[in-house]
Amino acid sequence: MKDFIIPDDRDMGTPARTGAPVTLTIDGFEVTVPEGTSVMRAAAEAGISVPKLCATDSVEAFGSCRLCVVEIEGRRGTPSSCTTPVAPGMVVHTGSSKVRKIRRGVMELYISDHPLDCLTCSANGDCELQDMAGAVGLRDVRYTAPEGGALDNHFEARNTSGENHRYLPKDESNPYFTYDPSKCIVCSRCVRACEEVQGTFALTIEGRGFDSRVSAGNALDDFLSSDCVSCGACVQACPTATLQEKSVVELGTPERSVVTTCAYCGVGCSFKAEMQGDTLVRMVPWKNGKANRGHSCVKGRFAYGYAHHQDRILNPMIRENITDPWREVSWDEALSFAASRMRGLQETYGQKSIGVITSSRCTNEETYLVQKLARAVFMNNNTDTCARVCHSPTGYGLGQTFGTSAGTQDFDSVEHTDVVIVIGANPTDGHPVFASRLKKRLRAGAKLIVIDPRRIDLVKSAHVEAAHHLPLRPGTNVAVVTALAHTIVTEKLYDEEFIRTRCDWDEFQAYAEFVSDPRHSPEATEELTRVPAAELRAAARLFATGGNGAIYYGLGVTEHSQGSTTVMGIANLAMLTGNVGRPGVGVNPLRGQNNVQGSCDMGSFPHELPGYRHVKLPEVRKIFEDAWGVSIDPEPGLRIPNMLDAAVDGTFKGLYCQGEDILQSDPDTKHVAAGLAAMECVIVHDLFLNETANYAHVFLPGSTFLEKDGTFTNAERRINRVRKVMAPMNGYSDWEVTQLLANAMLKESGGANWTYTHPSQIMDEIAATTPSFAGVTYDLLDEKGSVQWPCNEDHPDGTPLMHVDGFMRGKGRFIVTEYVATDEKTGPRFPLLLTTGRVLSQYNVGAQTRRTANSIWHGEDVLEIHPHDAENRGLHEGDWVKLASRSGETALRAHITERVAPGVVYTTFHHPDTQANVVTTDFSDWATNCPEYKVTAVQVSASNGPSEWQEDYAAQAEQSRRILPAAE
Amino acid sequence: MSPEKMVHMANQIATFFKSQPGEDQAERVAGHLRDFWEPRMREQLKAHVAKGGDGLDDLVIEASERV
Ligand code: SF4
Ligand code: SF4
Ligand code: SF4
Ligand code: FES
Repeated sequence: MKDFIIPDDRDMGTPARTGAPVTLTIDGFEVTVPEGTSVMRAAAEAGISVPKLCATDSVEAFGSCRLCVVEIEGRRGTPSSCTTPVAPGMVVHTGSSKVRKIRRGVMELYISDHPLDCLTCSANGDCELQDMAGAVGLRDVRYTAPEGGALDNHFEARNTSGENHRYLPKDESNPYFTYDPSKCIVCSRCVRACEEVQGTFALTIEGRGFDSRVSAGNALDDFLSSDCVSCGACVQACPTATLQEKSVVELGTPERSVVTTCAYCGVGCSFKAEMQGDTLVRMVPWKNGKANRGHSCVKGRFAYGYAHHQDRILNPMIRENITDPWREVSWDEALSFAASRMRGLQETYGQKSIGVITSSRCTNEETYLVQKLARAVFMNNNTDTCARVCHSPTGYGLGQTFGTSAGTQDFDSVEHTDVVIVIGANPTDGHPVFASRLKKRLRAGAKLIVIDPRRIDLVKSAHVEAAHHLPLRPGTNVAVVTALAHTIVTEKLYDEEFIRTRCDWDEFQAYAEFVSDPRHSPEATEELTRVPAAELRAAARLFATGGNGAIYYGLGVTEHSQGSTTVMGIANLAMLTGNVGRPGVGVNPLRGQNNVQGSCDMGSFPHELPGYRHVKLPEVRKIFEDAWGVSIDPEPGLRIPNMLDAAVDGTFKGLYCQGEDILQSDPDTKHVAAGLAAMECVIVHDLFLNETANYAHVFLPGSTFLEKDGTFTNAERRINRVRKVMAPMNGYSDWEVTQLLANAMLKESGGANWTYTHPSQIMDEIAATTPSFAGVTYDLLDEKGSVQWPCNEDHPDGTPLMHVDGFMRGKGRFIVTEYVATDEKTGPRFPLLLTTGRVLSQYNVGAQTRRTANSIWHGEDVLEIHPHDAENRGLHEGDWVKLASRSGETALRAHITERVAPGVVYTTFHHPDTQANVVTTDFSDWATNCPEYKVTAVQVSASNGPSEWQEDYAAQAEQSRRILPAAE
Repeated sequence: MSPEKMVHMANQIATFFKSQPGEDQAERVAGHLRDFWEPRMREQLKAHVAKGGDGLDDLVIEASERV
C-alpha cells in the first residue's frame, strides 16, 4: 500500500491568525504572514525555530519564560517573540549574541530547579526542556548550595535538614496520566490548555514567584476529585514529564505514528496512534484533524484498553441451543454452521424470514457489505442499523423539508455563529470536543439558548452561561418549537427575503397561518410545556434577531413519538430566520455514535439503497442489480422493532447482528429478549459476549478499529480514514468476516463468491454506485486527510456547507407541526417522567468503556431525582430505589439533584446490570419507529437492592456465557 | 405484532397527515405505509381492516385500500 504522508505538524509556537498580509524580514529572509501573527510564528513559517518554553500553538502566548527573546531593529530591548505581533517592514534578528546570552541565562535558572534524571525520565527524548537546553547550548549550571544547606528547590524529597517543604509527591489519582510537581517549570501551558482548548478551567497556578505550582481544583483536591474531565489537553501541552501519560511511563516513547479516527462518538476526532512495533503507546489528537483541530476527550484519548481486555473473544463459537454452553470451533465450522442454518431457515420459513442489523460503530465498508449481504445474498431488504433507534427521524424530517437528511454545516462553522440553540443534546457529555469548540465561541461572546428538561452543564459552567434555558416537560418538544415559530411569525421577525427566494412561498403562507393561531402561543402552551412564556418569547427574539443562528440537536429531539415532527419544526425555524447556507448557521444533528451518518449513507435502512434512494425505484435498483448480478426486492424490509415483532409472531427466524447489542440498547428489554429467544439462528459478530449474545447460536469474534482499514463518516458528513495499526487478534477484520459468511451462504446456494481483498475496493464500489460518493477514493482521502460528501464531479473537494445556493430538493418546504401528546402519560400509578441519556466517560452500552479505567468516573447507572420528589418518597442520597413502568422494573441507586425538574427523573443505560431499558416502552416515532426512550411514565420507591428481574437476568446471563473448555 | 401496537402505529401516522393542509391525506398515509411498512405489516393491517378495523382511525381504513 502507498505510504500516507503525515502533513506538517510542527509546533508553530502561537495560534494562526487570519488578516491582511504583513511582510517583514527575519534573519535576512522575507516572510509574509497575516496581520496579528506573532514574530515567533512568522519565524516558524520561514523555517526558523526560535527557542521557547511557555508558548505552544494550541494556546495564546503568555510571555513568561523569556526564552524566545529576539532583537528588532529600531526597538529597544529584547522583546519576547511569542507576544510581539508582526509589523510591516519589521527587521528581526533571532540569533544575535545578545539574545543567545539571555537564553542561556534563562535556561540555567530553569535547570537549577529541575532534577537531572533525564536518562530515566519518562519524557526522555520527548521533552522540550531537554531540547531547549540543547538548543541554547547550556553547558553548566553555576548555582551552588550554600554551605551546610541545600539549594532551594522543588525536586529533592529530602535535603540535609530533613523534609523539603517545597517538595510535593506525584499525583497519580487520574487513571491515565500523572502530575509530578517536581518537574514542573510553571510555564502555565497546561492551565491555558484547560481554559482555552477544553474550557473546563480545572487548573490554576497556586502561589507566587518561586512558590508557584500548578494545582487542580482547590488545595484539598487531586486531579481526580477536581473538575478535571481528563481530556488530556494539558498533558498534550506540557513540555516536560510533569503531566505524562501513564502508558508512556510504562512503555517508553513511541517510534512511529499512524493517523486514524476515534471510534466512539459522532464528532469523529482524528488521532495519531503512536506505536512501538504493534503496541499502541498512546493516542494523541491530531492537529490537522478537521473535526477536532487537535483536541480530544477522555474516551478517544485514553479509553482504548478494551482492545486487549481479557474478556475479548478471539475464537468463533457455536451452540445448538441457547441453553447449551458455547463450543469453540474453527472459522470454517462456525461459518458453515451459520450458513446452513440461515439457508435452512429460508427454505422452511421463506426468503424474508432472516435479516441483518448493522452497527453505527462499524466502518462504512463493513455496513455496506452487511446490507449487501441482506439484499444480494439473503435476497430481501431486512437490513436495519442502530441509527433506527437514534437518528432515523433526522433522516425523515430533514429529507422532507430540505431534501436530504444531512447536517448542513461543518464543525468549524461554530466559530462564526452568534446565537446557538442546543435542543435535546448534552454536548459536554455526548459530543465533548464539539462542546469545547462551542464553549470557546460562547466565551468570545456568542449567545446560547438551551432547550432541555435537565439543567445540563452548558446552562451554567465556568465562564459560560446560557442566555435562556427552557426546561420543558419531556415530550413537549413540538409544542415548544412551534411556540418559538409562533413568536417569530406573529412578531414579524422572520426573514421574508430568504423565504421568498429559497422556500415555497405558498407552503410558507399555510404554515404561517397555522403557527399564528393563538393556541400555539407561548402563553397558551406554557401550562403544557412548563416553559415560562416570557422566557420563550425572549429566546425566540434572540434567535431571530441575534445574527447568525445555528441549531444543534441530539437524541432528546429524535427519540420521541413526535421525533420526526420536531426535526421538521427545527428545519422550519432555520428557514424562517434565514439561517441556512452559510457559515455560522444551519441545522446540525449531533450524531451519537461514530458512524451513524455513514451507516445511514450506506443503505442500511430497509427501505433505501445506498445514497438514500428508495428500493421501490426501478432505476436505482437497476444500478445495484447490474453491479451485483442479482435482482433486488422492490418492497421495504423490516425495521429492528418490526423484526422483533415478526420474531415473536414466528415469521422472522434468523439474524446476523454486527457490532450491536440490541438487548441492552433497544427499548423494552423483555420484548427484545422474547424476540431473540423466538429466533432459531442468531449470529452475533462482536468483540465481547455482549448481552444479545446470551440469545445467540453463533458467535463470530470481531476486530477493533485499531485492527482494520476503513472509513467513518462523522456528524458533519466528513469521511475520515480508519487505519490498521496492528493485526486483528481474532484473525480477520470485520469486513472479511462478513465476506466469509456471504461466501459460505453463496456456496450453499451456488452463487458467485465475493472477492474483495481490501476495503478500498469496497469504497470503489460505493463510489461507482452512489452519486454523492462518486469522487471518493482512498487515494483522495490520503491526499486530503478527509472529505465531506457530496464529493463528486461538481464538488471534487467535497462539500463543507450544504444548500448554499438552493435546497437539495429545490425550494425549502415548511411543514405544519401539530403537537400531539404522547400516549405515554403519567397517572396515579406512574406519576413521574423518566428520560435517559449518557455521561462523558461511558459510551452507549458501555461494552468498550466499561472495560477501561473510565469506570472510575461512572461505575454504575444512578437515578437523578429532584429533592422534592425524593422527600415525598422518603429517599436519601445513595439509597437503592425501585424504578418501575408499565413495561418492567429495575433497581438502582438514587442521586438527589436539582438538575432535574420536579416530576422528572433521569438515568443512563451504560450498565447491563441496571438495564434501564427494561423500563422503557415500545412507543415510537410515528414516521420511523425510532423508540421513545426519552419519555416513560414511572414510579420510584424505596428498595433493598436489585430487583428479582435483575437477579434472574444475571443468572441467565451467566448461564448462557459458559464456554466449554477446548478439546484436548 | 400485537393488534393494539399495530393500530397505535397506524393511527399515529394518520394523526400526522390529518394535521397537514391539502386534500390527499388518505393517499399520503397510504404512501407512507407503502414506503415504510414491510408487506407482512401491511397484510396484517389489511386483515385487521377486513375484520372491522377495530380501533383504527377512519383515515387509516380509507388508506388501507390503497396500500
Ligand atoms: S485533562 Fe483536560 S480537563 Fe483535566 S486538567 Fe487537563 S486540560 Fe483540564
Ligand atoms: S505542568 Fe507542565 S505545562 Fe503545566 S506549568 Fe508545569 S511544566 Fe508547564
Ligand atoms: S469520543 Fe468523540 S469527542 Fe471524544 S475523542 Fe472520540 S470522537 Fe472525539
Ligand atoms: S516562549 Fe515566549 S516567553 Fe516563553
